[in-house]
Amino acid sequence: MTSTTFAPTPVDGTALRARDLTLSYDGRRVVEHLDLDVPAGRITVVVGPNGCGKSTLLRGLARLLRPTEGSVHLASDGAHDDVWSLRPKGFARHVALLPQSPPVPEGITVVDLVGRGRHPHRKLVRRWSRADDEAVTRAMRATGTIELAERPVDELSGGQRQRVWIALTLAQETDVVLLDEPTTYLDLAHQVDVLDLLRDLNRSRGTTVVMVLHDLNLAARYADHVVALRDGRLVGSGAPADLVDEEFVAQVFGLRSRVITDPVTGSPLVVPTSTHHQSGATS
Amino acid sequence: MTADVLTPTGACADPRAVAAEEPADLARVVRARRRPTRRVRLVIATLAVAAVAAVLVRVLLGDYVVALTDLLPILRGEALPDAPGASFIVMEAKVPRALLGLLAGLAFGAAGAMFQTTLRNPLASPDIIGISVGASAAAVIALTFLDAQGLWLPAAALVGAVAVGLLMHAVGRGTTLAGQRMVLVGIGVAALLSSVIQFVMTRTSIQDAQAALVWLTGSLARATWPVIGMLSVAVLVLAPLLAVCARWMRLAELGDDLSATLGAPAGRARLGLVVAVALAAVATSATGPIAFVAFLAGPIARRLCGGRPSLWAAALIGAVVVVLSDFAGDYLIPDVNLPVGVVTGALGAPLMLAVVVTAGRAGKA
Repeated sequence: MTSTTFAPTPVDGTALRARDLTLSYDGRRVVEHLDLDVPAGRITVVVGPNGCGKSTLLRGLARLLRPTEGSVHLASDGAHDDVWSLRPKGFARHVALLPQSPPVPEGITVVDLVGRGRHPHRKLVRRWSRADDEAVTRAMRATGTIELAERPVDELSGGQRQRVWIALTLAQETDVVLLDEPTTYLDLAHQVDVLDLLRDLNRSRGTTVVMVLHDLNLAARYADHVVALRDGRLVGSGAPADLVDEEFVAQVFGLRSRVITDPVTGSPLVVPTSTHHQSGATS
Repeated sequence: MTADVLTPTGACADPRAVAAEEPADLARVVRARRRPTRRVRLVIATLAVAAVAAVLVRVLLGDYVVALTDLLPILRGEALPDAPGASFIVMEAKVPRALLGLLAGLAFGAAGAMFQTTLRNPLASPDIIGISVGASAAAVIALTFLDAQGLWLPAAALVGAVAVGLLMHAVGRGTTLAGQRMVLVGIGVAALLSSVIQFVMTRTSIQDAQAALVWLTGSLARATWPVIGMLSVAVLVLAPLLAVCARWMRLAELGDDLSATLGAPAGRARLGLVVAVALAAVATSATGPIAFVAFLAGPIARRLCGGRPSLWAAALIGAVVVVLSDFAGDYLIPDVNLPVGVVTGALGAPLMLAVVVTAGRAGKA
């Protein structure tokens, strides 16, 4: 099983596919009739104003919220399975989700927390195995958290803690990783640090990354594929260079701006020209 | 601190080669994983010895001292020629009380720790969120209005506790805030039922009120072999179930979303709560509510285990505390027999303050 989890997914395929996806909370529709292909082996970033359904979409893709209409399919081994037809542990060996700020269990050490990511690979009766230890070691090395192994998680700084959470999702050894705003509460240096880490993982392992980001400039910088939502509907999707321009920013965020070229990466860089939102903005 | 966060992360070139390449890292991970486990095992072993010692103290010492060498023959049912009454006192008074205290303590400790960890709330213990009060109210009503006697009283208490548990389960079902809602509803139900008890007490005769009091402060005075049999069967059946649930509890601690994405079936964690409710309900039906044991066993166990919750440590702490408190209640003040619930209540309040104060300090570290 571990040998297949690490085989890089073909870059031209689709890792997750949503069709006519409608997601609701208590009868209120948050995401409506959404068609989405998540390209395998790429970094997809979901952007949009507050309350547009970004996190809800992620929860729908992660099998946390059952669609009221439509479906989400997981492309694995050539077959396209409806994610709700899979067993929870089976799905968890393919797709990992890091929620926005999960609670830290009291007094837990870094190594213990990262080890929780092994749950989908464990049988009820089998004890902790060497393969589990090796997966934890790999995840901690990849995130640079080996030095923190014995430390209690609640004593770590925000940046360190986020690395530990990412190590947990890596220990899960999935080919798709979903992250809900992995840079929240981090200063700019640590935001860049976390996003660099995720890109390294994507490039070296071929892991498909889908994340929600607030910052459009960071999204344009790190994404291979941008998905823009507004009011629960898809406004646009594509490569950042093709998608992000002044009209796009106005349409998605209701913000007047100039879009220039990032002198470092060549990606689009959004510079707001007005602090006032245009009429109809929902942020 | 920021230095190790900002270390470059180019070390993930070929993930499969990592383990072979850096055996030192693997060794460090294995060592770090085992260290807390070793401590927890040591704590549990020590507590198990302490629980046995507490039972022996309860059985051997007191007004009527029994020599350790006499205990085995008595337990085997042999008559002691030089102490004809010893067998009766040991088998009908001392051993049942010690055993009932042991079993009830185990059940309260484990149930409390299960609640607190699963709901991620230190207030979520059966004595705070209405399970125990449900048992008391049902017993008092059965006693006063239905003239219930004998084993009907524990049965009524069981029904009361389970009813409160079911109500909380119904309220928490299908919501993302299940934990908070259950705790808040439980506290409300506890307040309501307390006033029901007060009302019933004003309607009742002095004799009934006297009998009802036992159901308001926990006591081991009704330690009879049928009650002990019922409780030990319950503990023997529910404890292994709880062990299975403890595994899910380790995931439930990570929050609903993360535990679900790790493959824990939805609502599985609350199955552990059902088991915990059953344990607390059976224990309360046997002894009445013993104040603070369920509430404090978990936090004390966590402190001893270096910050990690442990169901078994909590269960054993509950057992030690109940058995020793019962002993103290009998002999601490000459000629006064305090029910065990009074002793744990008196011990519990200052202990709770200590736990809160030291927890605040530890949080700063």
